Amino acid sequence: MPRYAMVIDERRCIGCMACIAACKAENEVPPGSFRTRVRETVEGKFPYLRMEIRSELCNHCDNPPCVYNCPTQASYKDEETGMVLLAKEKCVGCKACVAACPYDARYVNHEKGVVDKCTFCSHRVAKGETTACVTTCVGGSRVFGDLDDPKSLVSQLLALHPAETLLASAGTEPRVFYIRRSGKPK
Amino acid sequence: MALSRRQFLQISGATAAGWAMASVCPNWGLLRAAEQAGATARIVPTYCEMCFWKCGVLAKVIDGTVVKLEGNPVHPHCRGRLCGRGNGGIGLLYDPDRLKAPLIRTGERGDGKYREASWEEALAYVADKMQVIAAKYGPESLALFTHGSGTSHFYPLMRAFGTENVAMPSFAQCRGPRVAAYDLTTGIDIGSPERLDMPNSKVVVLLGSHLGENMHSSQVQDFTQAIDNGATIIVVDPRFSTAAGKADHWLPIRPGTDMALILAWIHLVLKNGWYDKDYVERYTTGFEDIRDSFDAYTPEWAAAETDLRPDVIRETGRIIARNAPAVALHPGRHVTWDGNDVQRERAIIILQALLGTWGRKGGIFLPSPAKLPPLPGGKAFPKPKRKPLNRGDFPFAGGEGVTNAVRASTLSGEPYPIKGWFVSGTNLLATLPNPEETRQAIRNLDLLVAVDVMPTDTVVHADVILPECTYLERHDAIAQLRGRELALAIRQPAVEPLYNTKPAWWIARSLANKLGLGDYFPWEHYAEKLEEDCLVWDVDFEELKQKGVIVFPGSAAPYITATNPPRFKTESGKLQLYSEELELEDFAPVPEYVQNPQPKNGEFRLIYGRSPVHTFSRTVNNPVLTELFAENEVWLNAGVAEEMGLKSGALVRLVNQDDVLSDPVRVKVTERIRTDCVYLVHGFGAKSKRLNRAFGRGVSDQDLITRYAVDPIAGTTGMRVNFVKIRKEA
Ligand code: SF4
Repeated sequence: MPRYAMVIDERRCIGCMACIAACKAENEVPPGSFRTRVRETVEGKFPYLRMEIRSELCNHCDNPPCVYNCPTQASYKDEETGMVLLAKEKCVGCKACVAACPYDARYVNHEKGVVDKCTFCSHRVAKGETTACVTTCVGGSRVFGDLDDPKSLVSQLLALHPAETLLASAGTEPRVFYIRRSGKPK
Repeated sequence: MALSRRQFLQISGATAAGWAMASVCPNWGLLRAAEQAGATARIVPTYCEMCFWKCGVLAKVIDGTVVKLEGNPVHPHCRGRLCGRGNGGIGLLYDPDRLKAPLIRTGERGDGKYREASWEEALAYVADKMQVIAAKYGPESLALFTHGSGTSHFYPLMRAFGTENVAMPSFAQCRGPRVAAYDLTTGIDIGSPERLDMPNSKVVVLLGSHLGENMHSSQVQDFTQAIDNGATIIVVDPRFSTAAGKADHWLPIRPGTDMALILAWIHLVLKNGWYDKDYVERYTTGFEDIRDSFDAYTPEWAAAETDLRPDVIRETGRIIARNAPAVALHPGRHVTWDGNDVQRERAIIILQALLGTWGRKGGIFLPSPAKLPPLPGGKAFPKPKRKPLNRGDFPFAGGEGVTNAVRASTLSGEPYPIKGWFVSGTNLLATLPNPEETRQAIRNLDLLVAVDVMPTDTVVHADVILPECTYLERHDAIAQLRGRELALAIRQPAVEPLYNTKPAWWIARSLANKLGLGDYFPWEHYAEKLEEDCLVWDVDFEELKQKGVIVFPGSAAPYITATNPPRFKTESGKLQLYSEELELEDFAPVPEYVQNPQPKNGEFRLIYGRSPVHTFSRTVNNPVLTELFAENEVWLNAGVAEEMGLKSGALVRLVNQDDVLSDPVRVKVTERIRTDCVYLVHGFGAKSKRLNRAFGRGVSDQDLITRYAVDPIAGTTGMRVNFVKIRKEA
């Protein structure tokens, strides 16, 4: 069974927001809501500056507080793929998951009265394609694949470079990994 | 790192932009449902025109509606990856503010009053006025301003009508100095895409190029590949751009002094014998004539000019030289800065040559030598009686023409009057410096015709507006892509034109028919011409339609070898370090330093650039893209802001040296910029009320660019020569 994950190589992220545009079109994300975002932070004083740019999305946690806090079991961890998904017909829009998610990855689709979020483009992955954001990522920063397949690009990248997860101390065990610096000596 | 939902929005660059799209857009939800229930999606390959990189697009169409755009994996300009704008093409197609029918002006120019007309009436009106102008002043008194794919349709129309006065802002307001400099020095353009071999470079040098924010898909892919490979990245920019954020060496240069840095690097290369002697001897001329010309340009001298440390200049020079020829020294793209731009570009090319990077791995690769059989010329164009004025008096102006020369003639009537402007796909008021001159020139016209998709500021000045359909609804010329390999790409409609809009080829041909020039367009439908072109080239048209792009295998010869020498198209057949051509016209044959004025106390140099999700003013109303970046802000150094008591988000106005006052704009307080300049993303501050999302959003940098420094070599307009003060809004 595949263990899907995303690796985001910050060195290659150029902050172009193509991922956001592709995601919104692919997943019919309503105006004003986003399933992915680009975060830019700058530290230091002119001219000694350091910039960090990365994209963020649902972490498809292995220990997902959103799932535990869902009273109707609409939010679930898909056993086959490890994706954190949502059975919309069971969702009552109570927003417990929205509050529980430490990554602010969920939004309410007001038109439909349900919560929504990144699905790792499960509908594309089911067809053997990759996610919309990865497909379009101009910098080649976003990579999607199977952690259990040592030949997958995600596995290779994680073998080559040190990686971190966001808010690791929260114990959510994210499946989105961030590469901040090269493992290779420069 | 808890992020509030509000921040989520801000991070994405979005503000509370009015979103009128939901109500007018096709219901994608229903379409997807239909797809899941078995309705099949059609994939139509075409190429993008959200900018001019021409990436291959696969348009997914369900039930006559485009639901998604993806990159064509085999297209060399995108390799399957579209940028934000490419993805946002749907936003252009379904923008409710699009031009929807031909319009004829009923009010004053610029007041926006129009009535709808039939195509028949609108075209007859234009043809009639054109003929009146030709009868009174001669056909040369009609000029075409154009940018993009419309050119291949309207250029032949103008030539058939009898005028050669064509001008594209892509020359005099953008790449012109680079074009002229390569023409003088190598005789071969660096191309678009620029043929930089970044994936194989050990060093990448960007001088003011803000790759990433300046988004061109394959080039940005190559840049991030270079970063990943561990290439040393050197970025010279007064602003800590995204690219600077990736750099090993950021050189926050004083604006207007880049030439000093380049000259100092050349000085170091010559003085230390770091140049590629064999390469210089084999492939260049004039080395002996230039070798002493850079003696005075020491790092210490340059340090005083550039506000960089001499050891930094030395160290970066050494890094560049040590890694040659695998050095991608980017010549820039928008290079109309200060009026000495051709010479600055010449200096960059001389450095490229001394390091032996032209035709070498990791430097600049050679264009595909593959040739296509020439297309039959068709009926010969009439020879105009009067010399074209579209290159002004500039001896090295390029074939794309000099927009400002045509504008100047329109104002002065010299050497002969220009009485009609045909404007296709370019928003002149947001493109040419000093928009007031453009407005005055427009007042002198008997006819202003605009062909466009959106009601831009310029369009709403036209006497007749001819609404073009978007690139997703039309055929255009087959793109000949000459990168590493030769490739052909097709533009074909994904869907039928919406509203009463027409493709440019149809507009040009119908006008030609009205003018009795139908012989120049000897086909009914443009697809026939594309098919004939393919016959000449021996390319399977059906295959091209199906795949969108055909790459000619084995057509690459990127590097110099014994059997593949560089073929410079200069008189000497070599790369000309010393320019006799310039000397003959009384210009400096070797680049020299010219000091630019600097802002006085309380003034800031106005610099401008791009957002990755916008293409100039073309995209500022796009509902998809405004959600990502709705309006520009003025970047101000944090220390200066503190002194002035300004916080991020405060409203200010900018007032320039000629007392032009901007609309209010928000301040972005940041460490990412020097204290002597302010920065705006170009293209905002639209005045056309028909652009509901863009109207009044942000400010126009162009309005503040009242001064411009014309390069006497090529007629291009340096536009980074304006100084502004900041006025607080009460
Ligand atoms: S770089 Fe972006 S906007 Fe330009 S052609 Fe490519 S996808 Fe289109």
